[in-house]
Amino acid sequence: MGLLTAGVLQRLVLAAAVMAVAAAGAAAETTVKWLHIEANPAQVKIWEEVARTYEAAHPGVKIEMQFLENEAYKAKLPTILQSKDRPHIIYSWAGGVLKSQIEAGVLEDITDQVKGFGDTITPAALAVFSQNGHVYGLPIALSQVGFLYNKDLMAKAKVDAATIKTWDDLLAAVKALKAAGVTPIVVGGADKWPLHFYWTHLAVRIGGKAAFDAALRGENGGFAGATFQQSGELFKQLVDLQPFQNGFLGFKNPQAVGYFGDGKAAMTLAISTTYHLQRALAADKVGLGEDTIGWFDFPVVPGGKGEPSDTLGGITGWLITKSAPKEAVDFLKFFISGDVQTRLAAGNFLIPVVKGADAGLNNSFMKRIAENLAKSNYHQNFYDQSLGPSVGRVVNDAAAEIAGGSMTPQQAATAIEAAWKQGN
Amino acid sequence: MAPLPVRRSLRDGRFAVLVLFLPPALVLFTLFVVLPIGEAAWYSGFNWNGFGKPTNWIGLDNYRFVLETRAFWLALRNNGLIIAVSLLIQLPLALALALALAERFRGAIALRMLFFLPYILAEIATGLIFSFVYDGDYGLVASIWHAFGAEAPYLLASTDTAMLAVLIVIVWKYFGFHMMLFIAALQGMDRNLVEAARIDGATRPQLLRYVVIPLLYPTIRLSVFFAIVGSLQLFDLVMPLTRGGPADSSNTMVSFLYNNGISRMRVGYGSAIGVILFVICVTFAFTYKRWFMRDE
Repeated sequence: MGLLTAGVLQRLVLAAAVMAVAAAGAAAETTVKWLHIEANPAQVKIWEEVARTYEAAHPGVKIEMQFLENEAYKAKLPTILQSKDRPHIIYSWAGGVLKSQIEAGVLEDITDQVKGFGDTITPAALAVFSQNGHVYGLPIALSQVGFLYNKDLMAKAKVDAATIKTWDDLLAAVKALKAAGVTPIVVGGADKWPLHFYWTHLAVRIGGKAAFDAALRGENGGFAGATFQQSGELFKQLVDLQPFQNGFLGFKNPQAVGYFGDGKAAMTLAISTTYHLQRALAADKVGLGEDTIGWFDFPVVPGGKGEPSDTLGGITGWLITKSAPKEAVDFLKFFISGDVQTRLAAGNFLIPVVKGADAGLNNSFMKRIAENLAKSNYHQNFYDQSLGPSVGRVVNDAAAEIAGGSMTPQQAATAIEAAWKQGN
Repeated sequence: MAPLPVRRSLRDGRFAVLVLFLPPALVLFTLFVVLPIGEAAWYSGFNWNGFGKPTNWIGLDNYRFVLETRAFWLALRNNGLIIAVSLLIQLPLALALALALAERFRGAIALRMLFFLPYILAEIATGLIFSFVYDGDYGLVASIWHAFGAEAPYLLASTDTAMLAVLIVIVWKYFGFHMMLFIAALQGMDRNLVEAARIDGATRPQLLRYVVIPLLYPTIRLSVFFAIVGSLQLFDLVMPLTRGGPADSSNTMVSFLYNNGISRMRVGYGSAIGVILFVICVTFAFTYKRWFMRDE
């Protein structure tokens, strides 16, 4: 009996001690929950290191990384953000989704906390994470959409990629490649958004910033207007040449990128990060080497109102959610500081947004993209992001339907305008 | 006369049973079935992206938008196609195999297991496997085509063939389940009736036509019910195969709901699709029960 009592007592004391320690720990410790969608382990590894470095310098702060797959993330985010247990830092493509998040009041206004810090960041990139002078997040990377090509296959068809400057040049190149028995272009048509690059980049070339802004205001027929009909018509010119690989509507993007990396098609219209991604997704995990892969900017449309230097691409970043601890912002500032960005740039993972960090880029391709983006006066965010998911996915549908021949360019433009009107 | 049995039942403790046992089930059913359906109906009146509270009331517009969407009618057509194929191809196939395999002979059990195997596979896994089988470059189908020296078709990439390819997988996956239902029924059947018919000199076709199949009617009705409900629920097989594409040609009602409601963050619109689907299911279930399954 006595023994038992002693045992119980001992346990009680131990439990109390454990609880006291735990309570002390909890009081001193702030956990910053960081939700990301990065699937590239090499990049996640660097992020982890950054988080551990920060923790070491800031005792009592714990950075907790959480991962969700891209599509799952998009679908779950509205629910996650409205729960009490929401993460503090979340990934964002800005655009229409960001707008609805701001309106719903689920994001923290961090204007005061990043005062001064914002000056180190490319202004255009910072602007997309702000609304009415209030800052809700910080950008991390930029990307550009353009043509990657396989030098060997182009040479086989005697096509000089450097001379592809206009849309007609591209059509001529496609014809020459087909005549030489080379698959001209590979595209992940099942995912639809790789096809929407054609339609939207043509719109950027034909109408420039003015046409897009006018369409948002519902002027000139909105997205059913002349600019967007013409984009569809020019896209159809390309589609009619049957430039894509067989069964392109059944290819998902990773498959298509792998196909390009395997050297089975001459060109692909892709986000600049594909330059690296094709290696990981090629069948031999080697892909196209530096000397076989090339890049040319999206061709211009003669008579178009867009500048040749205008770019289409992504601006991605991190948002701070409502009532997140102040450490979250502090960590984000550390994460997007010149040092870390230079490191990520040195690994050629991204085109940095911090001024001067692009000096870290040690690859001529990445440097070229960084220069393009620096020169660009109009960087159009991906339509399927900037217009928000409800309209953006209709743009993707419409582009895929033009490519599949089930919609005319006119019907496509009308469908997008109808979706825009329904959604707003 | 009428109140009497009630009072007696109260007295013999049925009321206590009711009070004790009904609430848990009722609460669960209300929380997880009735409320969500009610919520969906409520949300379907709003133009809402899922953030904050729905405020933009648009009445029945979402229903109009759904009915104006071409993909909705394609999805409805595809559900119809699935039901038709289930009834006209899958069921007869399952029945024929069941009749052959219900007998005891060497290898019958192994064959039964073999045919039942696809049903055990997870839908997602099946979809993935078949997306490789159908691949126009490396797939099994492509190899067969190449063996004959022909250019392989990309079945999943064409609006003409994608749904056909999905239907083949559906039949492949579910015929074994229906076969098992029939085998179970055949084995539970009163052998005396079959014996009697044999003694009376019935030929095998006559035996099937006048004895076995009529005795199977309850199982056939059940199997048809499963086939139709399964068609209305079909989602996880379609997503890895085609995601409803190309150009919505292989969407089912549920994949259409997911693609156009959830992944577009159009909660109101998606709810409207959900309500329409619910009405279709309920109408079907009640009508079917009333007309065909009265006795069970």
